[in-house]
Amino acid sequence: MNRYSIFTLARNALTFHKGWQKAWRSPEPKSEYDVVIVGAGGHGLATAYYLAKEHGVTNVAILDKGWLGGGNTGRNTTIIRSNYLQPESIAIYELSRSLYEGLSQELNFNIMFSPRGLLNLCLTEHELRVFKRIVHANRIAGLDTQFLSREEVKGLVPLINDSPDARYPLLGALYQPRGGTARHDAIAWGYARGADALGVDVIQNCAVTGISRRGGSVTGVDTTRGKIKAKKVAVVAAGHTSVIMDMAGVRMPLESVALQAMVSEPVKPMLDVVVMAGAVHGYVSQSDKGELVIGGGADACNNYSQRGSIPALEHTATALLELFPAFSRMRMLRQWGGIVDMSADRSPVIGETDVKGLYVNCGWGTGGFKAIPGSGFVFADSIANDRPHPIAEPFGLNRFLEGRMVDESTAAAVAH
Amino acid sequence: MLVLHCPVCGIEGEEADFHCGGEAHLVRPQSHDPENVSDEVLRDYLYLRQNPRGLHCEMWQCTRGCGKWFNAVRDTVTMEFKAFYRMDQKAPDLANFDEGQS
Repeated sequence: MNRYSIFTLARNALTFHKGWQKAWRSPEPKSEYDVVIVGAGGHGLATAYYLAKEHGVTNVAILDKGWLGGGNTGRNTTIIRSNYLQPESIAIYELSRSLYEGLSQELNFNIMFSPRGLLNLCLTEHELRVFKRIVHANRIAGLDTQFLSREEVKGLVPLINDSPDARYPLLGALYQPRGGTARHDAIAWGYARGADALGVDVIQNCAVTGISRRGGSVTGVDTTRGKIKAKKVAVVAAGHTSVIMDMAGVRMPLESVALQAMVSEPVKPMLDVVVMAGAVHGYVSQSDKGELVIGGGADACNNYSQRGSIPALEHTATALLELFPAFSRMRMLRQWGGIVDMSADRSPVIGETDVKGLYVNCGWGTGGFKAIPGSGFVFADSIANDRPHPIAEPFGLNRFLEGRMVDESTAAAVAH
Repeated sequence: MLVLHCPVCGIEGEEADFHCGGEAHLVRPQSHDPENVSDEVLRDYLYLRQNPRGLHCEMWQCTRGCGKWFNAVRDTVTMEFKAFYRMDQKAPDLANFDEGQS
């Protein structure tokens, strides 16, 4: 791997930048691998990277029907936080957030992690109580979150509407100082480059069309570029997990929904924290380019159209104006949608299935980006050792049989 | 904007006039004694979903009209509604679905 540094930059500048190598190879698929990962998004690439790095499993292929990071990894609002309510959730999201802290150095790729601080606004009495409870739960878990008063929130976000006459008056906020954002594409590229350097084959434009099994065990996958044998197959396909798992006859506790986001015209710096507001259903941060990155609620009915519906878009814009009336003259540049897989309890599904050798990592719903490093880390460990990593264990598929939910549906920052 | 047609009261409205209730034709396991219902059957009923990429039978409520629930067939990729039918009507055969049948 061509290491990136100020010296390589200077050396390449002397040769007019003609000497840069490709960041990863584009190999032809081999006929057999130890592990085949279906889906080259952040979670899949992180899984491949940690399989190779932490467990020495390098005979790995990661397949994607399109280009890597072209699904939800490139379609989210890049928010990173770990201020969840349940201990199981705090464990995995905080592992992930803490891995983000050192990821640029580890991958030798600038992921632009920006722990700028994150506010979950309390706009109703109910939210006030819920978020105070979350602060306590976080403190018990050793997480750095705190409760801010209305005045403290106004100090951090001067533009916010704190009028007592507001339809949803500002009552305070849950604050995570080390929450923030990162560059989403860079996460995919950094993990792909790191995994490729360790010997993993990253194969793009290779759609999986079937999962071969014999006697209850997985034997490989059928793809648009031929059959590939595999001892283990790991499905990390986010919104399309149900479709892929159906190829192996496994029904999932998932529903796929379009979640959309939009970006405004670039403006001068005016918002240096991430602001989330569940009561009005919107969240916003300002990118380094100056654009406002805005997200909101998911569609009302399950679907696979990567557009998002107009009522959901209108709802998000309404929420934003409730928080920041000054944004009423902002023009929006782009809008897009990603297909998120919502599980029954709004928590992820990580682990083995009834088919031997078939693993699944899905159900991250609307909050998958923040979980990429932690999810890949524990999933790789679970695949390599054939037993769930302790942090992944509560998120097994069997919890739906045992009625052992990890209920984050009422605790989510933005309820979907 | 999706446009729906309520087969009960006959009004046509936009998606915001209706409420989606998810997958249709899920049947709660029937038994006089709950002990007879296995965990697997209950899990399948409560949590597992078809979530197809393509035609999907789903429940909708006519919230700003008559208030009644009805079923619809929708393509989850194109978002086109293919049919609307009353709750007491049978599920259409999606494998051989003919748009003219409803």
